[in-house]
Amino acid sequence: MTAFFESLGMTYGWAWFVATVCGILLIALPLMLAVAMVIYFDRKIWAAMALRRGPNVVGPFGLLQSFADGLKVFLQETIIPSAANKGLFLIAPIITFTVALMAWAVVPFADGAVLADINVGLLYVLAISSLGVYGVVISGWASNSKYPFFSALRAAAQMISYEVSIGFILICVILWAGTNNLSEIVLAQKGAGLGIVNGFFFNILLFPMWVLFLISGMAETARPPFDLTEAESELVAGYQTEYSSMSFALFWLGEYANVLLMCALNTTLFFGGWLPPLDIGILYVVPGFIWWLLKTAFFFFVFSWVKATVPRFRYDQLMRLGWKIFLPMSLLFVVLVSGYLMLTRYG
Amino acid sequence: MIHTIAFYIFAAMVIASGALVIMARNPVHSVLWLILAFFNAAGLMVLVGAEFIAMLLVIVYVGAVAVLFLFVVMMLEIDFAEMRAGFVKYFPIGVLLAIVLVAEMILGIGAYSAGALHLGTADGTGAPLIGESNIESIGALLYGRYLFLFESAGLVLLVAMIGAIVLTHRERGDVRGHQNINKQVRRRPDDATVNTRPEVGKGIEL
Repeated sequence: MTAFFESLGMTYGWAWFVATVCGILLIALPLMLAVAMVIYFDRKIWAAMALRRGPNVVGPFGLLQSFADGLKVFLQETIIPSAANKGLFLIAPIITFTVALMAWAVVPFADGAVLADINVGLLYVLAISSLGVYGVVISGWASNSKYPFFSALRAAAQMISYEVSIGFILICVILWAGTNNLSEIVLAQKGAGLGIVNGFFFNILLFPMWVLFLISGMAETARPPFDLTEAESELVAGYQTEYSSMSFALFWLGEYANVLLMCALNTTLFFGGWLPPLDIGILYVVPGFIWWLLKTAFFFFVFSWVKATVPRFRYDQLMRLGWKIFLPMSLLFVVLVSGYLMLTRYG
Repeated sequence: MIHTIAFYIFAAMVIASGALVIMARNPVHSVLWLILAFFNAAGLMVLVGAEFIAMLLVIVYVGAVAVLFLFVVMMLEIDFAEMRAGFVKYFPIGVLLAIVLVAEMILGIGAYSAGALHLGTADGTGAPLIGESNIESIGALLYGRYLFLFESAGLVLLVAMIGAIVLTHRERGDVRGHQNINKQVRRRPDDATVNTRPEVGKGIEL
């Protein structure tokens, strides 16, 4: 895009600047629209699995429900509890929202369609996703209220625990792809499974890692069944209890943007990103972005499916799963993957 | 141009938030300023072209260490008056530490400008560049030339970790609330529920 703006007669510096700003807008605005639609789909899927109708009043098929909700919270009054730490109370939802958008900078949507094609892409994703916990922790502490505080403590422990295993899973992918750059990881998956399937999931050593990644992703984004941070039966609404109006909406948007990011990462790391599912010439006729969108939408469906069907974990079960099952397993697979690669590729 | 502006923004933010770490009255605020300082230091690393170190700084310090810090500080009830009481007593030690750090900095910069050290520069000259990216170069150095030093650093960390666990681990005599997860997972509805139809006026025995 920089070249395009240069052709309009700008100097390189300005063209780069304008192109970057345009790129950010091109990602952030459709993402917000996607989040609104995804909230609608989440509710529809959840309703269908519970044999209900779900939102069906606002607009055709209830499609505009999220926008109506958005307008409602926008018109509400922001209430700040008098005992709250005001500055931090207001900053917390902004942190959650900003961090949820930041990681999208390195996600490749199609061949070459990536804002920042950096060679530490996966590490950047890991770094940014580890920041997500701060919004929750700060909001819980700044609310100066019992339940949000419990929620903040839970969130801190939960996210750190699952980041450890996610880190090891990502190391397996990095080792197999031989690169940290997300676009190159996608390209490395071309024909990775028996020369015909595009994607690392079709691989006996990486398939278990994908399963772990899917589950860890749910725990990392605090989606049900791991939504202990906002367990309504115990903690009212967790860290969001004291929030209202737009500050609540920012948490909401950030949460779903994070869920979408996890879906996009599943697509990018294990299911061949923008590549078609099979390495057959005719499938490349369909634009890469469509494949990316279909795969990501499928993963979002899986997330909703799990949300609708699996009951919430107990906190000690969550910790046990993270530390005693996922961590040793992912560590074992780092050893297995690197051993296999030493035998076959680098030996 | 943008580089220079970004450098001054990051550097000013590091210094300002570093100062606020020790000046904030509330320890939680201190930790949050510390996190901001780490984050801006990572920005400085990116500017000199050490993006791998920058990411590690964010992942390790901001993402893990500082979260645990915050976790502990949030839960502790800290008495500010008591903390400030020792200020005069510890002031000379603080000054001493500052002098040592400044002396080290002067020595380092002096040695560098005298040409005694070959540090890497932003454009990659000077450093022994093996791979294309910074990760490859660091990997090749750490697992090649400095393998033994690197492994022994790992050993030191392992010993420190075991030491920390041994020091804080306390054997509790009463094993209370011990859960047998296998037993919980094996449990089926048939084992846990009974369906009876007691006669009127009679209870049931479970």
